[in-house]
Amino acid sequence: MSEPTLSKDPESSAATAAEAGAPVVEAAEAAAAQLADREPILQVRNLVKHFPLTQGIVVKRQIGAVKAVDGVSFDLYAGETLGIVGESGCGKSTVAKLLMSLEQATAGEVFYKGQDITKLSGRALKAVRRNIQMVFQDPYTSLNPRMTVGDIIGEPFDIHPEVAPKGDRRKRVEELLDVVGLNPEYINRYPHQFSGGQRQRIGIARGLALNPEIIICDEPVSALDVSVQAQVINLMEKLQDEFNLSYIFIAHDLSIVRHISDRVGVMYLGKIAEIGSDAEIYEHPTHPYTQALLSAVPVPDPEAREHRERIILSGDVPSPANPPSGCRFRTRCWKAEARCAEEEPLLAIPTRFAEVDTPAKHESACHFAEEKDVVGAA
Amino acid sequence: MPENTDAVILDGVPAVAPDGAPVPVDKRDKPRSLWNDAWYDLSRKPIFYISALVILFLIVISIWPGLIASQDPLQCNLIDSQNGPSSGHWFGFDQQGCDVYTRTVYGARASVEVGIFSTLGVAVLGAVLGGLSGYFGGWLDSIISRVSDIFFGIPILLGGVVFLSAVKGGSVLTVSTFIILLGWPQLARIARGAVITAKEQDYVLAAKALGAGHGRILLRHIAPNALAPVIVWSTIALGTFISLEATLSFLGVGLKPPAVSWGIDISAAAEQIRNAPHMLLWPAGALSVTVLAFILLGDAVRDALDPKLR
Repeated sequence: MSEPTLSKDPESSAATAAEAGAPVVEAAEAAAAQLADREPILQVRNLVKHFPLTQGIVVKRQIGAVKAVDGVSFDLYAGETLGIVGESGCGKSTVAKLLMSLEQATAGEVFYKGQDITKLSGRALKAVRRNIQMVFQDPYTSLNPRMTVGDIIGEPFDIHPEVAPKGDRRKRVEELLDVVGLNPEYINRYPHQFSGGQRQRIGIARGLALNPEIIICDEPVSALDVSVQAQVINLMEKLQDEFNLSYIFIAHDLSIVRHISDRVGVMYLGKIAEIGSDAEIYEHPTHPYTQALLSAVPVPDPEAREHRERIILSGDVPSPANPPSGCRFRTRCWKAEARCAEEEPLLAIPTRFAEVDTPAKHESACHFAEEKDVVGAA
Repeated sequence: MPENTDAVILDGVPAVAPDGAPVPVDKRDKPRSLWNDAWYDLSRKPIFYISALVILFLIVISIWPGLIASQDPLQCNLIDSQNGPSSGHWFGFDQQGCDVYTRTVYGARASVEVGIFSTLGVAVLGAVLGGLSGYFGGWLDSIISRVSDIFFGIPILLGGVVFLSAVKGGSVLTVSTFIILLGWPQLARIARGAVITAKEQDYVLAAKALGAGHGRILLRHIAPNALAPVIVWSTIALGTFISLEATLSFLGVGLKPPAVSWGIDISAAAEQIRNAPHMLLWPAGALSVTVLAFILLGDAVRDALDPKLR
């Protein structure tokens, strides 16, 4: 297992990366040393979710499985933000649901402070739920239209009465509204009286109600206008500092993920292709899929746009019901060789970088991992 | 302190939220639920008032028919048989010499009773079975759906003739029981669909993520959001159940004399339609107006509760 690295400030790392690789490495190593004595708050090991495909009306026969998540492992440390990016259908949201125990994992473990939460049920699961909460993608469907804001944000206290005594709840709800930047007088309003950004704030307030340690954000801003996205992101960053939250931030918007994340994992077809600090992933990607993904990020500067190389992948994403053998990306990869079809690349630090001090030294699931200059990415 | 002081409304002027979206300002009242919205919508529809008035009138006269009819519907004199309208007996007399007006007024009770009992029964049975089958799915859903398919396959009139002649009851209770027995699958399907739609919403996932149990999710999140189609369908069905009662009574298997029912009167009048059309006109007219009132009310409620269903 490699040391997870952490680099807090994307701007400084971007600047240093432009000069040379070395300072980044120093920063990353310092952060790694800092992290080394920290226990991960959440450890995900070989998480698998297969949705069975059945046939037959009365007697159902399983004829296959959609391998939505097929062996995902990562760690989450206290106070950090782990971004997970990938295109639609790569299993990001299923990972979120598995971490929330909203879906039953087919295999694998999720350790929260050393306790495997995938096997929990009943009271023990309910206790863990206090510490892991979720913010949903669509603020229009994630709030019950028949409940007032006060009831929505107060519901966590109804379910976990030990968190707030009964007489205290209204005050707590008003405080939460205040914390997310909404007028506490709105407590008796209904969701349809709010704008999308305000609704997302309500959703965040509900997630915060139980004082969780981890908040899983499943595309929390992708349904919002760009101007509102920034406000919600800033709010989330502020709350992270205030309450020492750990975020798992799932999104397909690469620049937002870079902005908010300390570390980033790139998913493709149910597996993590590459994972590392945001500077490592965005400035020194070694997995061809990450490189292709980053080359698709729009560049505002027309000059830079002219000079950069776009990697256009051929073909479509293979069906997760019948993924390719070996490396899942090989059908669209320009580097693919016979070995890729036979041998599945493991998510590990590529051997060629193991001995060198370079930002490319991070986990990448590719036999031929190497840096490729993707100019102006993100 | 929040870094965004959000949307403070001054002097009724809509402030602009930090999100850039204008805050909807509601001058009438502050907490406005969707039910309030629906009521507001209804209260501006003349159709709603007309149908509600007709229904209210029907309910009042079915409880106290003596309010507007001073005679006894069973006090008949054969001398008056088939006499046409006259002063004091504006609707005329039927075959047995009974006052048609009195019988029409008293006939409302059977119709309203059958309508309300069977609708309540169908709504409760259908909503519970359909709701559970939609929510839990799996084998429970398979069983309930297949059973409701079986009931769907029974033609309602044929079933009525067979069932009601077998039980030989002919009371409001037996007719209502029969209607509930054959009517629930329709509502169960509607409720099942509504529950399946509601249970896939993110707010249900959010409640699960908070650790809410099935009871809380069903009662607080799914039921309020799946109720609208059930209410709408029930209101419309009430009218059709009343006409079904009349049909069964007309065929001689529903209510039986000496019960007073529009269906019985229509049946008796049909044989004499050439000699005494007034005998048919009044009970049939009352039936049509009643059914129409419920269907119009159902339409208005549907428009108010769920504009998308239109």
